[in-house]
Amino acid sequence: MDGTLVKTNLLHPTLYYLVNQATPVQTAARVGRALLRAPSMAFAELVDRRTFNELLYMAYAEMTEDRLLLLADDVFENVIRPSIYPAAKDLVQKSLEAGHSVVFVSGALEWIVQRLATHMGAHEIIANRLEMKDGVATGKMLKPVVAGPEKARLIREHARSRGHDLDECFAFSDSYSDLPMLSVVGHPAAVNPDARLSLLAKAYSWPRFDLRGTA
Amino acid sequence: MNHPCLVTLEKDSAPRVLFSGDRLIEVDLPVGTRVIYPKPPIEPLKDVNAAIRYAINHPLGTEPLYAKLRPGMKVTIAVDDISLPLPPMRRPDVRERVLEIVLELLADHGVDDVEIVIATGIHRRMKANEVRHMVGDRIFDRFWPERLYNHDAEDKDNLVVIGETAHGEVLELNRRVAESDLVVYVNINFVPMNGGFKSMAVGLCSYRSLRPHHNPMSIRGSDSYMDPPRSQLATDIGRMGKLAHEKLDVFTIETTLDNRMFDKSLDFLAKNEDDLTARERALLKALVVSTGKLPQPARQAIFDRFPAPYGLVGVTAGATAAVHEKTVQKNFEQYLVPIDRQADVLVLPIPYISPYNVHAFLNPLLVQVLAQGYLFNFYRGAPLVKKGGTVIITHPCTDKFDHEQHASYIDFVHRLLPETRDAVKLRDRYEEKFATDPAFIQMYRSGHAYHPAHPFFMWYWGENGRQHIGRVIVVGSDNEYIPKLLGWETAPNMDDALYRAKNGEARSLEITLLHVPPVVMGDMKIPVNGSGSNGGGNGGARHTP
Repeated sequence: MDGTLVKTNLLHPTLYYLVNQATPVQTAARVGRALLRAPSMAFAELVDRRTFNELLYMAYAEMTEDRLLLLADDVFENVIRPSIYPAAKDLVQKSLEAGHSVVFVSGALEWIVQRLATHMGAHEIIANRLEMKDGVATGKMLKPVVAGPEKARLIREHARSRGHDLDECFAFSDSYSDLPMLSVVGHPAAVNPDARLSLLAKAYSWPRFDLRGTA
Repeated sequence: MNHPCLVTLEKDSAPRVLFSGDRLIEVDLPVGTRVIYPKPPIEPLKDVNAAIRYAINHPLGTEPLYAKLRPGMKVTIAVDDISLPLPPMRRPDVRERVLEIVLELLADHGVDDVEIVIATGIHRRMKANEVRHMVGDRIFDRFWPERLYNHDAEDKDNLVVIGETAHGEVLELNRRVAESDLVVYVNINFVPMNGGFKSMAVGLCSYRSLRPHHNPMSIRGSDSYMDPPRSQLATDIGRMGKLAHEKLDVFTIETTLDNRMFDKSLDFLAKNEDDLTARERALLKALVVSTGKLPQPARQAIFDRFPAPYGLVGVTAGATAAVHEKTVQKNFEQYLVPIDRQADVLVLPIPYISPYNVHAFLNPLLVQVLAQGYLFNFYRGAPLVKKGGTVIITHPCTDKFDHEQHASYIDFVHRLLPETRDAVKLRDRYEEKFATDPAFIQMYRSGHAYHPAHPFFMWYWGENGRQHIGRVIVVGSDNEYIPKLLGWETAPNMDDALYRAKNGEARSLEITLLHVPPVVMGDMKIPVNGSGSNGGGNGGARHTP
């Protein structure tokens, strides 16, 4: 989703949450803690997407579920919706017209992904969920963590449970880190691909296209 | 006496120099081989602007363009895309010349609501620099991209159903075109299958409106599709085109070019090799050697570098049917060479370019469409080769595709052809599936890829050739498996190919070489019992002198 359909990444909604705390003091404290984790997150991004996600979602620790849900609409309206690529809706629309069951698979938080799915007409989502204890986020993610090779397992399981033949399924991604997911379907495609994915897509003659231009 | 463009090879004839993709190769053909050369270019019109003005002020079958204009009306100009002429012509492109005059006329009559749509159909979108080359700087700077743009056959919001034929065929057209008070269509009629009712009904419609005629049966029934009265394809398209013209006010401007494909320095490529001067012979030899040694990208760059110096030989305007009749006559005047018998073996040199690979590599599926499609169909009356005869082509058949323009072609060739070469089965099982593939559709809509239905149409385009020809032998293929996928045989050289074509028979073979490019068509002047292409879809009489 991030980088494929919208130009934001996982950091953008997290930042929105951090700077919109109940008081300026809480905001300053949370942003400060997040900054301290920034170097390790940058390193994790280079080597392992799952670890990156785990470090990032620690920023949500001690936020109440009520507040997270309350701000979710604002995050979608102010951060996600303006960042949807112009032609992204066309791609989803053409998939729906072809009779496909459209599933958004993302490392982002489920309530954000769900809002985007509803907005674009997707049928289902597979996304990350925060662990809650007594209505408060622990900063950990519930398993399975949607990232890297785990995405491949999740969509294989999802397809099996819905009776879909993976050879007939399509997968779209912008990132080389999604290679396992792209490799398990019959119709992979590189969307706004990074350099490594672009090279690979060319080598395997996968469709490559850009949704960032005008529709 | 033979036509001067029909040459019979003798014992001391020089080797023929043939295109083999972007290489030139020397080939020795047996004594008695007939070679059909392109006619010399028709003298182009001296004053192009005057000819265009005359045509639009003296139209056929309708009132002059100026009489149709009124201030405040909505006018859309549609123009043919980059698929013709081949290669793209030197600036100014004839479309620029026509557009300049039409736009000036519109402005003089207070018509401000003007948009220009490039009638790409399901071809790839033209790039900005290509559009600039086609329409010129002045028009490009004024109109691009808001009021000069590519048609999008998948943009549901901008397509509208304008009606249904008596056969139940639904015509869905570009909304801007359908909602205009007047449509001016500016065409280049490069070959006789272009233009006429096809312009509106194919260039500006949706994918689903192509299916009634872009199918194996329409092609099988065409004998040939370069001869409109005997083309089932033209008949089927004509039904939908007529519907467009009933619903909309269309003013058609059609142009025809000479066949001056090569610049003066290379025009000897269209000549009889025995008639070359010493200098031309030396140049030809140098070309043969250099194209044999240069790497492929360098060869492609050379050919891409020189736009063709085509000259305008005809311009006609007015009502489509009347205009197109004149246009096709002009095409025939330039291309037809009379010939009196069919051959056992037809030799077809395959060049580096087709309508569908401008600025891209000629991939194997396009080699197929040139061999069994366009070049096979370059006849009027009857095919140049007997039913069940052999076609020998010269081409490396390299397994290479342009990943941007021809992404869906790769799947078609490598996923589908191993399963079946049957055009009807391919259509029934896979065409819709490809045509609704969201990834390929997006590549067509936001990139510069052909629509995913296009490789199917390319396969159908070879269907009457496939039904008529007994076997195809490729000389010079750099691999075995691509020809095999296409249903062809390979031979290391022409002698070997001819030996195979003989198939152990004692009699000598009648061999014809169609010396293309530039474009030349055979005009079969005798009735040939039972050996026409496929029985003729229109049921009309076979062409006789």
